[in-house]
Amino acid sequence: MTPDTIDIKYVAKLARIALTDEEIERFSKELGDLLGHVNALAELDTASVAATAQVVESRNVWRDDAERPCLDREIVLSAAPQRQGSFFRVPRIIAE
Amino acid sequence: MNPLIDRTAAEIARDVNAGSASAAEIAAATLERVAGVDGEVGSYLTVLHDQARAYAARVDERVRGGERLPLAGVPLAVKDNMCLEGTRTTCGSKILEHWVAPYTATAVARLIEAGAVPVGKANCDEFAMGSSCENSALGVTRNPYDLRRVPGGSSGGSAAAVAAYEAAIGMGSDTGGSIREPGAFCNLVGFKPTYGRVSRYGLIAFASSLDQIGPLTRTVEDAALAYDAMAGYDPMDATSVDRAVESTAPALRADLRGLRVGLVREFATDALGEATDELYRNAYRDLANLGAELVDVSLPTAKYGLATYYLIAPAECSSNLSRFDGVRYGLRVDGNDVREMYDNTRAAGFGPEVKRRILIGTHALSSGYYDAYYVRAQKARTLIAGDFERAFAQCDLIACPAASCPAFEFAAKSDPYSMYLMDYYTIPMSLAGLPALSVPCGWVTPEGGAVPMPIGLQLCAPLFGERLLLGAAHAYERATDHASVRRPELAKVGA
Repeated sequence: MTPDTIDIKYVAKLARIALTDEEIERFSKELGDLLGHVNALAELDTASVAATAQVVESRNVWRDDAERPCLDREIVLSAAPQRQGSFFRVPRIIAE
Repeated sequence: MNPLIDRTAAEIARDVNAGSASAAEIAAATLERVAGVDGEVGSYLTVLHDQARAYAARVDERVRGGERLPLAGVPLAVKDNMCLEGTRTTCGSKILEHWVAPYTATAVARLIEAGAVPVGKANCDEFAMGSSCENSALGVTRNPYDLRRVPGGSSGGSAAAVAAYEAAIGMGSDTGGSIREPGAFCNLVGFKPTYGRVSRYGLIAFASSLDQIGPLTRTVEDAALAYDAMAGYDPMDATSVDRAVESTAPALRADLRGLRVGLVREFATDALGEATDELYRNAYRDLANLGAELVDVSLPTAKYGLATYYLIAPAECSSNLSRFDGVRYGLRVDGNDVREMYDNTRAAGFGPEVKRRILIGTHALSSGYYDAYYVRAQKARTLIAGDFERAFAQCDLIACPAASCPAFEFAAKSDPYSMYLMDYYTIPMSLAGLPALSVPCGWVTPEGGAVPMPIGLQLCAPLFGERLLLGAAHAYERATDHASVRRPELAKVGA
């Protein structure tokens, strides 16, 4: 199937998680072991098998494009780590 | 313990509807019980003193007004990954430690509407990832039957609360076994309905194609009452099934005549130790004594369930948990720029198991690995569901263990994979979306253990077979009554 290794630093970058050196070492081993286990799936002949995303039959759901009540802005903003007036405040994302 | 709460949910509701007890008295007795035992057990992360009294007052008012409520005054433990407006909802995670839910989950709202009274938000493994509650970043929950042992997980707080009479119904969520395994560990009925039967709106998502809410209760009848109140289509959850729900409470049976129960060839119990093996053999014999015809069925790909699950669930979790970025809610840890802020927030906010699952899921979905891992797992899922379909051509229900062992001691499963193995018997049903439950089937003293611990029989039905499943479990429970053999010894306080 695929090698039992995982490039933890690269994956952590994709997942937006800062890892310590100790975590990099630990997760590389633990997740390498896990990949060894999941590679058992290579034994299955799945060439002609359809993929299942959802087991119970479902269909697209539409609703009217109409105004409805929603959460109060003050309640939503009160959960923000930082706010400025009626906005979420975040670090600068575009350089000057 | 106050005799008012030494009752099943059904009995409490009868008392309150009949006016022989008030919801306010029940709530007060439950809060007193919580004050007495929860220091030892640790079921709750948040106790809802004022809100419980307010909900109870509302129930009493409705009953006085002539309403008859199926769950009138029934004390409810809500797993802390479900929203209840105005209460802290943490998912057992530092990243949501101080987050207050701005709305109520549909399933919780329906139980409240049916008369249930939330008394607390129950501990769980962080974001429901785990099988012992040890992955909670915010508290330790102990098994009421032996405080040196885990309650199971991830819905361990809800299970411990019901086992310790700190609630009569516990709400759990089950992704790979998180209701059924703690149910088995805590001498309870743990019931996962068909995927899509109960709305996930307001359940903080872990793996969306698998997550399903269900009850943990001391009797099958209580599980049926809770399910009947919470099940059904919800426009707020596009994956909830728009199909009429037949109530299960009237379908509880006295015997199993005319039913074929499948025993899974691949799930032979002789490797589980002599005592456990004997309990399961006895359980199967009891099913036959109740009139069931036992048939041999095969699930040849079920052994690939764990591998399939540990690709699909982490893949979905890595996507779902991307929303915790320190911008709109929850923890934020600053950095020099926005990128560092994300990295630091998620590093500080998530515990090791959540990080492991996000990393493996991100890997499985990343360019170059997607087909080899994620798509292959989705195909394996098709094969596993197909096995069940073929088995159910030969039988009406499947019976097998709920877990491979009774509740273990803290820190006994330090290797992640050994913890994952706890869900070996429950994951295949989850992948196939099937309704399944665990029901107490006996007691076994674990090696080195001081007291006997409960073990659970798992029963599984075809999709939407809840009536049959609960009906049959009720017959088994009534005939065997294993749950009543022991009670948790928490008597020194709050008794």
